[in-house]
This record gives sequence, C-alpha cells and structure tokens, in this order.
Amino acid sequence: MGGLITGVADWVIPGLLFVVLVLGFCRRIPVYETFVTGAQEGFEVAIKTIPYLVAMLVAISVFRASGAMDGVVYFLKPLLEPFGIPPEVLPHAVMRPLSGGAALGIATDIIRTHGPDSLLGCLVSTMQGTSDTTFYILSVYFGAIGVKHYRYAPVTGLLADVTTFLASVIIVGRTFG
Amino acid sequence: MVNFFWLLLMLSGIVVAAVHGKVETVTRAVLEGAKLAVETSFGLIAVVSFWLGVMRVAEAAGLVRALARLVRPLVQLLFPGVPGDHPAVGAIVLNLSANVLGLGNAATPAGLVAMRELQKLNPRPEEATPAMCTFLALNTACITLVPATVIGIRALYGSREPAAIIGSTVLATACGMTVAILADSLFRQLYRRK
Repeated sequence: MGGLITGVADWVIPGLLFVVLVLGFCRRIPVYETFVTGAQEGFEVAIKTIPYLVAMLVAISVFRASGAMDGVVYFLKPLLEPFGIPPEVLPHAVMRPLSGGAALGIATDIIRTHGPDSLLGCLVSTMQGTSDTTFYILSVYFGAIGVKHYRYAPVTGLLADVTTFLASVIIVGRTFG
Repeated sequence: MVNFFWLLLMLSGIVVAAVHGKVETVTRAVLEGAKLAVETSFGLIAVVSFWLGVMRVAEAAGLVRALARLVRPLVQLLFPGVPGDHPAVGAIVLNLSANVLGLGNAATPAGLVAMRELQKLNPRPEEATPAMCTFLALNTACITLVPATVIGIRALYGSREPAAIIGSTVLATACGMTVAILADSLFRQLYRRK
C-alpha cells in the first residue's frame, strides 16, 4: 500500500501541471503572461508569513532549548505510545485548528529538527497539508453574516479534525514506517 | 487560545531554562528562532510564486468550473434544504472546487457569497441553519490535492521527495471529510428532534 501511495504522489504535480497547461492552451489563454501575473503575488504571500513564523519559531525554539520540550515528551510518551502517536506532534495538533501560520511554524521546527523524510517529518507534513484552521473559518464565515449561534458546527469541525489527525498517524505509519 | 498557548510556550521555556541554570540559552534560542523564520519565509518565495502562477493559469483556463461540474450533483445531495437552482448552490460548488485545488484566493470570496445566500433562506438570522453547518463542515474538512507550502518547506530542508506526502494527505483528508459528512447528518437529525 505504501508503494502505491507514494507512486501516485509522484504523478500529481506533473499531471496537474500538464492538464492545466493543455487546458489553458485549448482555451486560448496567454499562458505565459497569466503565469507571470499569478507568480507576482508569490513574494508578498511568502513574506506575509514572516511575523507568524517568527512568533512561533522563537517560542518553540526557547521551549526546546530550555529542556521543557524534553520534559513534555517524557511525560506524554507513556500516554500516547499505545496509540502510536509521537508526542512531538501534539503542539501541532493543538494549534492547527486555531492558526495556520502558527501551525506552519511548529511544522517547520519539526521538519528541520528531525529531517523532512523522517517518520516525524512526514507525519507533521501530512498534518500541515490536511485539515483547515477550523475555528478561524467558523468565526470569519459566521461573523460575515452576523450569525451568533453556531449550533453543532464547531463540534462537527473538531470531530473531523481529530479524525484527520488519527488517520494521518495511521496512514503515515503504514506508508513511511 | 492562540494567545494562551504562545504565552505558555514562552514563559515555561524561560522558567525551565532558569531552573536548569542555563538562562543564557534563551537569548540564543530567540535569535536562532527568528533567523530561522525569516530564512524559511524567503525560501518559500520560490515554490509559492511558482504555484500561484500555475494556479492563475488553472483559474483562467476554467479548471475550477470543470471540477465544479463534477461536484455539483454531490452538493445537491448533501443540501436537501436548498433548492437546486438557488444561487447558493453555485457558490458552494465553486468554493469546494477551489478548496480542493488549494486556491485560497478564489475559495474565500465564493464561500462568503455562499454564506450570504444561505442566510437569505434563514428564518432566524442569528442562528446557523443546517445547510450552513453542512457547508462549513465540508469547507473545514475539505480534501486538499496539493499542499504547496509544506512541500516547499520540505524541499527547503533537503527532502529527497518533497511531494511524497501528497498521497497520505489526500487519504487522511478523505477520512476527515467522510466523518464530517456523517457527523453532520447525525447532528442534523438529533437537533431536529429537539
């Protein structure tokens, strides 16, 4: 199963690129100019992540260097080990529904510390790629139309987030383990 | 909540360092973390620029509309309370298609239009309707095809296969989306009985 999953993954980006360009050519889109216009925004979008990354990477860096991270991992390990959940990814799981930028900071820290191709690196990459900033989306969308009672929407969102998290742990363990 | 978590990380880090008698590491860690953050953001310019360029072509070529045609029947099935020809359906379809492709810029405006249209069908404007709950459940647990940012970060830190996580990402989001749809229809039944 692991081979199939990574095999399909190899094809997604080249395949999507091919389809997009052929479709653009068939619809007589000036593909080159359109690409450049879109890419122009890249600088701004990437630079906008700086404040979030600085805030989160400084905090995580202090937390790790002080030895507090080792303490947390040491205490959580016996609790999480039976479920196959590495304690290092817990801060990410907590932050993901709240702030995309902060979660990206935590993911960056784990990818750099443990290596992008390690089991931890693959797991946190998958976690960052899946699931959205649930609470942020709820407050923006409901806020925009003045709805005050969210009813069961937050519970559904959280249930989905927890499922995606556990599914990531299992799938990454099978694929890259 | 973010405030609390950030404060907790910073303060407990400083206190633990002081207790361990190595308070000087805090200053070094702060500078190192900040430097790392800026380096990462600059490193991301490459992949983000490229991907936004490709996605602009995808948008202009009508890929979102092509995907929307596939999603539409599913949306009509999941929103029994919304008439099939209502403008909300089109906006919901557009938002979900853009989400699958990772087009945040196109997804948010369409999502806001969808919410405004659903609000017009709402008898109690301060309370969320079942259709709104379904829409947001789908929106927050949506399948993502290409998580471009994290692929960029993996490449930046020397991954041999930066895109290798696409398969696991799609599978995990598919699980999340399935549970979101099931939980939503379950809650919808439960709330109707009350």
